Amino acid sequence: MPKPPTPKKKAAVRLKFDTKWTYNPAPESRDAAQIRPQYDLFIGGTWQRPSSRKYFDTINPATEEKISEVAQAGQADVNRAVAAARQAYEKTWRKMPGPERAKYLFRIARMVQEKARELAIIESLDGGKPIRESRDFDIPTAANHFFYYAGWADKLAYAFPNRKVYPLGVAGQIIPWNFPLLMAAWKIAPALATGNTVVLKPAETTPLTALKLAEIIQEADLPPGVVNLITGAGDTGAALVRHGGIDKIAFTGSTEVGKIIQQAVAGTPKKVTLELGGKAANIVFEDAPIDQAVEGVINGIFFNQGHVCCAGSRLYVQESIARTFLRKLRDRMESLILGDPLDKNTDIGAINSKKQLDTIRQYLAIGEREGADMYQVSCPIPARGFWCPPTLFTQVAQSSRIAQEEIFGPVLAVLTFRTDDEVIEKANNTPYGLSAGVWTDKGSKVFNMTRRIKAGVVWANTFNKFDPSSPFGGYKESGYGREGGLHGLLPYINLDR
Amino acid sequence: MEKSLKKSSQPVRGNGVEKRAGNRRLEVLKTYKLYIGGQFPRTESGRYYTPTGPNGRKLANVCQASRKDFRDAVVAARNALGGWSSRPAFNRGQILYRMAEMLEGRKAQFMEELQAQGLPRLRAERDVSASVDRLIYYAGWCDKFQQLFSTVNPVASSHFSFSVPEPTGVVAIIAPQQDALLGLVSVLAPVLAGANTCVVLAAESLPLCAVTLAEVLHSSDLPGGVVNILTGKAAELTGWFAGHMDVNATLYCENDSSVQRMIREKATSNLKRTVFYADDDWRLPDAQSPYRILDFQEIKTTWHPIENIAGSGASY
Repeated sequence: MPKPPTPKKKAAVRLKFDTKWTYNPAPESRDAAQIRPQYDLFIGGTWQRPSSRKYFDTINPATEEKISEVAQAGQADVNRAVAAARQAYEKTWRKMPGPERAKYLFRIARMVQEKARELAIIESLDGGKPIRESRDFDIPTAANHFFYYAGWADKLAYAFPNRKVYPLGVAGQIIPWNFPLLMAAWKIAPALATGNTVVLKPAETTPLTALKLAEIIQEADLPPGVVNLITGAGDTGAALVRHGGIDKIAFTGSTEVGKIIQQAVAGTPKKVTLELGGKAANIVFEDAPIDQAVEGVINGIFFNQGHVCCAGSRLYVQESIARTFLRKLRDRMESLILGDPLDKNTDIGAINSKKQLDTIRQYLAIGEREGADMYQVSCPIPARGFWCPPTLFTQVAQSSRIAQEEIFGPVLAVLTFRTDDEVIEKANNTPYGLSAGVWTDKGSKVFNMTRRIKAGVVWANTFNKFDPSSPFGGYKESGYGREGGLHGLLPYINLDR
Repeated sequence: MEKSLKKSSQPVRGNGVEKRAGNRRLEVLKTYKLYIGGQFPRTESGRYYTPTGPNGRKLANVCQASRKDFRDAVVAARNALGGWSSRPAFNRGQILYRMAEMLEGRKAQFMEELQAQGLPRLRAERDVSASVDRLIYYAGWCDKFQQLFSTVNPVASSHFSFSVPEPTGVVAIIAPQQDALLGLVSVLAPVLAGANTCVVLAAESLPLCAVTLAEVLHSSDLPGGVVNILTGKAAELTGWFAGHMDVNATLYCENDSSVQRMIREKATSNLKRTVFYADDDWRLPDAQSPYRILDFQEIKTTWHPIENIAGSGASY
């Protein structure tokens, strides 16, 4: 009897994304943006030179070329800005009827929309993020945030029934470099809607879109001093935090600095909200729609080069699907396009600064030293600028520093689990609690997880979703206070019977 | 405002008169038509009526809409409901804001019409400004009233139960008979903010700005059919507004108890929601409120199980 032919083992099909899928360059034009060679401080509705007469460069992290230079604000400038904000608060803003405050904010929202393209270009130039993200996410979301909070300005009585709503006074606001304009909007919009005035300090590496926003604010005829903008580094921020004329500090940044701020305001009546670091668990169950989950994990960690406080930097994948999932994940990573942030095809832009690149590289070394396996995408790296290819660590221990500490870069730590209880234990086992992701086809499992995960935002079968109407903020050492939605009004008001 | 009347033409001055020395340009008069499904048709009935301003001055030959026009308008409103109510709330807010922008830009025209209909200049200006502000007020509510009126229900079983407002559907509105613009905007805006579509019967004797408002809506990215505006006789049409089987709610703004009773009775056929705003002074601040949005909302509760097989609760 003839033997049945043994079925030939099929060779696994490997997709060659890097060689077969090429795109022609599609750069956005830099000329569509107007950038002044030098920026002063925006205080009391006018542009003022810093008392130190000192300016520092802001560079394009993709080319290391200087874009412009901005004023370095010192103690005297902080004093002037706070005084301007105080005067505007007492003389105009606190007395202005809600509907009129609303109309100013609507104006600002409209002007941000009108200048969206210019703002997107500057955001990508100054911060290194892909134009696709600044154009489709950062700028529209910032405009929407102003539009949303504009509507609250005359409706506060409905937000907090049986209480009278009072503004706090002058808010000192310090924002990070990862979403420069969006964070400015998150801070300014609710503060103004509730009747506060503002002194805002953008991050030293990404001041330009905030300065453009100051131009918009001027154009919108906002009363002088309602928004003041001072540029500088950490000591400028420290001077703002310590200033006696401030009623409220709103800070977004690292947990380390957040703790310093809380210590600095202890013993003062200043109110504080902190939106700090994170180490989000992105949990993939075996019944999840795999390809969708792969996309979500990619988006979760590589969005904005991983410079995202709520980035899904810890992947927990159920053991039964770990091999398949990792193969698909690597394939998808290989298809990411790293390069010129102004190119519309770019997925991964430049690391925001040399300093941040050094931090990320330190963690890569730590990961290898601790025995994890590192996998990096084999894409070409531009000769100049700050770059880190998408990176994945497997064989990571729960106690490893790359699984415990925030790296703030395109680095994903992969761990596995078997049961619900196990993954909850692991996911919650960090000092952070900002966000988390759950991927499963089963709705009841989603709600089981969301109930037990200690995090301020849990995304189910999606990740990195933001909306002006949706509160965002952390548990534990990820900070306190919420931004967005009705809850986002609370950090800027006093309630009285 | 020119006072002298030309014998042969309708003396509506909404579109302005140009005078040149020794050379008088004949003004082009506007035809006031209906607004149905994003278009400006005449009434299918071919009828008209001629409301008059102060001193008996004729305002215009206005369409006297029929029952058939109303039924066409309800079809348009029903067809538009799916698209309008599934837009993001934020987008609806932007469109209402756009309506305010367009209205502000046509301030002069509305003031002229309001004055032709008998308002003093100052009051006309105040009413137009208040109408703009009212639209902005409700633009802001579009993506906020849900957070006031929604709940997460702490049910005892292992379920995630939540309740959210949804639009009632097609609303038939008999607009306030006195405040031609501000009254109309005040009843229209909350219905739209709540994602309903509607058919409006303009104030019978003061219909000019209702038709012009249709032009504002038409240029505000508001999808056709979301608002349909008819002009005509309230006594003739109110019964149909209350009785139509594909209308979900009827809003009536006068304090006439016999009409209110008639509306309630006719609305019984399909259990329409009936809402009466009697004697409201639309100039007062409390003439606007999120509860006016809630008047045209249904509450939907959804239950979803929460898996409860895990032994330990997380206590971090």
